[in-house]
Amino acid sequence: MAANPMSQFDVYRIGPEIKVGAFDISFTNASLFMILSTVSILLIFNLGSKKNSILPNKIQLLSELSYTFVSKMISDTAGSKAKPYFAFIFSLFMFVLFCNMFGMIPYTFTVTSHIIVTFVLAAFIFIGVTVIGFIKHGFGYLKLFVPSGVPAVLLPLIVVIEIISYLSRPISLSVRLFANMMAGHTMMKVFGGFVISLGIVGGWLPLSFSVALTGLEILVAFLQAYVFAILTCIYLNDALNLHH
Amino acid sequence: MFKKIYFQSIFFSFFFIKEAFAAESGGMPQLNPEFWVSQIFWLILTFGIMYLVLSKLILPKISKNLESRKSQVLENIEAAEKQREDSDAKLKEYDEIISKSKLEANSIFNQAREKALKDIGAKREVLDKQIDNEIAEAEKEIDTLRKNAPEKINKIAIETSSELLQKLIGAEINNSSISAIVDDLSKRNGDKYYGN
Repeated sequence: MAANPMSQFDVYRIGPEIKVGAFDISFTNASLFMILSTVSILLIFNLGSKKNSILPNKIQLLSELSYTFVSKMISDTAGSKAKPYFAFIFSLFMFVLFCNMFGMIPYTFTVTSHIIVTFVLAAFIFIGVTVIGFIKHGFGYLKLFVPSGVPAVLLPLIVVIEIISYLSRPISLSVRLFANMMAGHTMMKVFGGFVISLGIVGGWLPLSFSVALTGLEILVAFLQAYVFAILTCIYLNDALNLHH
Repeated sequence: MFKKIYFQSIFFSFFFIKEAFAAESGGMPQLNPEFWVSQIFWLILTFGIMYLVLSKLILPKISKNLESRKSQVLENIEAAEKQREDSDAKLKEYDEIISKSKLEANSIFNQAREKALKDIGAKREVLDKQIDNEIAEAEKEIDTLRKNAPEKINKIAIETSSELLQKLIGAEINNSSISAIVDDLSKRNGDKYYGN
């Protein structure tokens, strides 16, 4: 147990301390990996959209497949009305995916393993969806909390449950991503520690476990980005097409 | 066996982790609010810039590319369909031409055959006639030859007999008496030699 498995989540300053008023907005390793993720996304998709050949090259195929993947996901879950929000959901999916995937490289920092990052994203989505809902339906949006076909006796209870579930959306959304990332990375670190502590004799088993876990974590990294995006689509669908 | 050791080692390692946590206290760095504002600021900055660039510059280009490819592929498929129809029509035309020319060739062949047969018939008739004529002439010749043969033989017989007699006897004998004898003999034996 050389290193604490949680120390990989430490945020530290890179460069000087920057303060705006009372707020510390210093450049940290988290900022570095956010910038790395966004720059790689922009680079890949810029290269992928530059040339328009009938037979796409690899990077063009990659960007077009991601485009159609996300656009199909949105049209399947939120319908055609969600088209204006395509760019946001695409950026969200790509950002989360790239941050997760960057975290899979050893010695890197996983941006999405921090509750504050995922919570800001989820809160923004929650507020945005709520605002869209009220703009589209006015106070009729509150009908979301009153499901049709429920006996009048149960209605007060149901409404309370619905409101609680609605308000817990940002929490569940952010905690799901953050917890998955943190748990996976911690587990990998722990198994890595086993390899060292059990040495050359017994270290092979946790090493093989670690290899398998790496595959699983890559799957989880993709899956959590997908879940994050698809839940956003579902919330958006509730706001756009109000028929509960 | 291995499994047992393995799980035991995992079990014991948890004690070590507990100790490690105890040693380096501080818990989750995620709950340390020291850099929260910094993270929020950089998240909004990077994500905002990425969203703006993606939505204004890159995604429209990709969607345009996809659409243009789709329309081009559709156009190509249409063109291919059209060409296929054209080629089908041409194939039909070709088949028609082939069958027509086959019929024509057949009729030409038949005509030629008929003509050849007619020619052959005509030539055969001519040849037949010629052959018949030649046969008739030959028969006539044979007939005349046959008719003249006894006379000639008689003549030869008379002459040879007179010469023979002359050589044998040494006296000249009147031809008329010999011819009378030959005539008599030939009349008697004529049927034996010339009887058909």
